[in-house]
Amino acid sequence: MGMLIKAEEATDYRYGCPPDQRPIELHLDLGIVNLDKPPGPTSHEVTSWVKKLLGVEKAGHGGTLEPC
Amino acid sequence: MPIALGRARNVLQYIVHSDKTYVCVMALHEAVPEERVREVCREFVGPIYQRPPLKASVERRLRVRRIYSIEVHEVVGRLVLMTVKCEAGTYIRKLCHDIGEVLGVGAHMAELRRIQTGPFTENENLVTMHELHEAVVAWKEHGDDSLLRRAVLPVEYVVKDVPKIYVRDSAVDAICHGAPLAAPGVLHLTDDITKDRRVAIMTLKGELVAIAKALMSSHEILEANKGIVAKPVRVIMRPGTYPKSWKSSRLEEKG
Repeated sequence: MGMLIKAEEATDYRYGCPPDQRPIELHLDLGIVNLDKPPGPTSHEVTSWVKKLLGVEKAGHGGTLEPC
Repeated sequence: MPIALGRARNVLQYIVHSDKTYVCVMALHEAVPEERVREVCREFVGPIYQRPPLKASVERRLRVRRIYSIEVHEVVGRLVLMTVKCEAGTYIRKLCHDIGEVLGVGAHMAELRRIQTGPFTENENLVTMHELHEAVVAWKEHGDDSLLRRAVLPVEYVVKDVPKIYVRDSAVDAICHGAPLAAPGVLHLTDDITKDRRVAIMTLKGELVAIAKALMSSHEILEANKGIVAKPVRVIMRPGTYPKSWKSSRLEEKG
């Protein structure tokens, strides 16, 4: 995969923030946890735990295994 | 199991359609010589037919799915340990059943573990609930957020293998409001964009703005002086993170 350059322009550092420099609250609000899911609880229950633990109101999961 | 937090919560549905890798134990209903097992598994590499099982939430029509590879690690008695890399929506249970049919003895899936979903693998960045809990304690009680920063990945990780379009600062806020991206707003792009493909719209600082559907291919975008190149389908960045472009020209007038 190569990069094509159509135009060049600088970015203004007064706005936005590189991902690795986000304040921790913003890092969490735009975060992904690759969880080693314990067997037993459902994806839904585990997601709920993680939300409470990290103090985030909303979260989504990609599911674990296909239903069967 | 990837869990997306806060504003990132909606990105995962866009990788549900990515490739997956599973490790599975298939139990044959009678012993079969190892070489024959390996031979039949090789036959299943490539496109296969599957009809989703009764319990599935999708329409139960016959459809084609690709098996990219099957690696048989061990055959011990009637148990077969294998790694299967396949297209999204492939039912491993059905695959084991069908391999059993071709072998003539029948088989079922005894155990399954998914070890890769798109960019997420087992080896990298896998975090247990326990480790996550410790990271939160270190942050809340000792003011040390370093463990937490390692346990939680930035949303940009989800699109690491997705084609990308990097845009001017002045184009960002409009996209955050759902506006389509026009050719003049484009700075750089990866060369693997095709029409109708999902792409990631990024800022020059490497932030994910939105997931979009491309309306042109990479080379068309490169040549275009005008026209819409992509339409956002899911905005991730909060509106107002970047200023509206009319505002910056106002500042220039004052300055």
